[in-house]
Amino acid sequence: MTTVASVSEETDSPYALSHLDALESEAVHIFREVAGEFERPVILFSGGKDSIVMLHLALKAFAPAAVPFSLLHVDTGHNFPEVIEYRDRVVAEHGLRLHVASVQEYIDAGKLRERPDGTRNPLQTVPLTEKIQAEKFDAVFGGGRRDEEKARAKERVFSLRDEFSQWDPRRQRPELWNLYNGRHAAGEHVRVFPLSNWTELDVWQYIAREGIELPEIYFAHEREVFSRSGMWLTAGEWGGPRDTEPVVTRLVRYRTVGDMSCTGAVDSDATTLEAVITEIAASRLTERGATRADDKLSEAAMEDRKREGYF
Amino acid sequence: MSSTTEQLTDIEGLSATTLLRFATAGSVDDGKSTLVGRLLHDSKSILTDQLEAVERVSASRGQDAPDLALLTDGLRAEREQGITIDVAYRYFATAQRRFILADTPGHVQYTRNMVTGASTAELTVILVDARNGVVEQTRRHAAIAALLRVPHVVLAVNKMDLVGYEESVFAAIATEFTTYAKELGVPEITAIPISALAGDNVVEPSAHMDWYPGPTFLEHLETVPVSHDLATCHARFPVQVVIRPQTAEHPDYRGYAGQIAAGTFRVGEEVKVLPSGRSSKISGIDLLGKSVDVAWTPQSVTLLLEDDIDISRGDLIVPAHDAPATSQDIEATVCHVADRPLTVGQRVLLKHTTRTVKAIVKEIPSRLTLDDLSQHPEPGQLVANDIGRVKVRTAEPLALDSYADSRRTGSFLLIDPADGTTLAAGMSGEAFAQPDEPGSETKSAPDEEGWDF
Repeated sequence: MTTVASVSEETDSPYALSHLDALESEAVHIFREVAGEFERPVILFSGGKDSIVMLHLALKAFAPAAVPFSLLHVDTGHNFPEVIEYRDRVVAEHGLRLHVASVQEYIDAGKLRERPDGTRNPLQTVPLTEKIQAEKFDAVFGGGRRDEEKARAKERVFSLRDEFSQWDPRRQRPELWNLYNGRHAAGEHVRVFPLSNWTELDVWQYIAREGIELPEIYFAHEREVFSRSGMWLTAGEWGGPRDTEPVVTRLVRYRTVGDMSCTGAVDSDATTLEAVITEIAASRLTERGATRADDKLSEAAMEDRKREGYF
Repeated sequence: MSSTTEQLTDIEGLSATTLLRFATAGSVDDGKSTLVGRLLHDSKSILTDQLEAVERVSASRGQDAPDLALLTDGLRAEREQGITIDVAYRYFATAQRRFILADTPGHVQYTRNMVTGASTAELTVILVDARNGVVEQTRRHAAIAALLRVPHVVLAVNKMDLVGYEESVFAAIATEFTTYAKELGVPEITAIPISALAGDNVVEPSAHMDWYPGPTFLEHLETVPVSHDLATCHARFPVQVVIRPQTAEHPDYRGYAGQIAAGTFRVGEEVKVLPSGRSSKISGIDLLGKSVDVAWTPQSVTLLLEDDIDISRGDLIVPAHDAPATSQDIEATVCHVADRPLTVGQRVLLKHTTRTVKAIVKEIPSRLTLDDLSQHPEPGQLVANDIGRVKVRTAEPLALDSYADSRRTGSFLLIDPADGTTLAAGMSGEAFAQPDEPGSETKSAPDEEGWDF
């Protein structure tokens, strides 16, 4: 039995799980708790690796039955085409229902205004919240991990949000044992983070172990990019590059997948999962530090966005 | 490309590590931040951009050295007030293990935070300053570790550099603490002399304490068993959801999905379903897509039974010969975690495993002072951070184990039905283990014979 074979023999009994098995079991337990206690759960699905791992875990948790949740994509309008293609293929393959909350529609309708820097990540909160309210979603799975960012390190697995999706870190419920308290009033919802205890490396190791397919932009490829705020951004309709920003072709890959305007590529020749894992294990930068312009806005940028209802 | 084979081996090596959840308990000036900072730093878990951010902020405040507490104080209020408000979870890894550290602050909501961190921990680190020895607070930490039945306790005697690395100082503290903790029923205590600041015995062995033959702090974390007593403990399986695909491919599949809360389950085993008391036999176990003959805690599995009996979320599947008693009257120790008090006569919801029932607080016989374990009879109510005994009557019978036997099936939450606030964390049965309980120190190794897989 593989679980037994993968135990470090010196210290642990044959019953000790490998860390990936332990994390997988915990996440599956969380998915099943939500299925048992909520009426209308939804998985936030961006086509990024964390949401892909979430969907994979949900598929395993309920097999051979179908996943009892739909998917929700908050579409900034600045998407990588490879990711949208991946999203649509996965939805079709598993017969899932996809909801889309479109930032572009809000801008077109005059309900949101484009920011001077062109970044749309902070604009996702209103379309997300209104979609949750309109669809009466009561549990919303997010792929957030506590190792990503220090405000997220204080996040609960079950995180209560009011009707404005706001997060109040001082009023969080203590979370003991594996007893998750999902009680909420009408209009409130609970954000659920099944990958809370995973690190970036765990996610990649799990993807490798399970043979999960990813959008190709996660692997090294030639791409036309330009430099802004110390990051390689992809030229595109969203507004880059400016005249002063020369476009160059480099061998890069993405460590995270988000809005094109604020997600940077990293120099990399890692074309396989194994090479990516080796690269991450040796990396001296966090994935957000390396690739996210929006988190550099201020020391509390993530906390502020979370309070306002961001994922 | 030439190193592909080597990399693959490395990946397998990484995925074969086990996971240890541990908690640190500490307060002002005991060197906890320094210890955690050194662990993270020496295991290369602090990355360049994080360290630069900490250095930048520390410098802007006129501090000479980077303040490693800034790494974990993730909230603006924490940074502004220079205190840690909430449990912070940190993640690091060595070649042997992945670690989840629940770093519990000493200032605000002290008891609540430490109880929260200890509830999932397999090991608790209690720090003492070698100059001060065992103080009131150390006893409080030991009491919480004992109450929460954390299997392993480490006493880190810190600042050994300030007492001349004297063996006698360490030995006296270790003996005093061990005696006290044993009386509380702490099953395993490991005392380690360290200097978090100088690095002695944290990651590297100390050059100043030849008299100490034991492992360094990190070596101990890497080698302490993370799984124990499985063969001897009561098997428990709370049903989370019933899986019924009702598709052409699986017209009759009916599986009971859940995470094994304790012990092991095998195909062919006679089981009983509580609270109904109906019996059946396990006909199959699905381990997330793989059919297995045996499964154990904390695996998430789907059990298939031979008989088509009525089972739903909240039921408990147990071995037919080892079923817990069901009762509507629960006696327990609770830690009160909410800002509003818990009072006699209060109507609450009680959440136990996957089952939530109505309940009423019948009595609060006593409140416990953790510093000296003194009892205060009939306090009338419990307020935030109080530990007390309660008697609760539930609307439906529950199959609660004693918390001493099973942390997962002996624990529960009390919830305010009005707004869902988590009021208290409960542990069924006696508060503390009896000292020198037979078998409390013995490992389960001999019992594992006969498991043939």
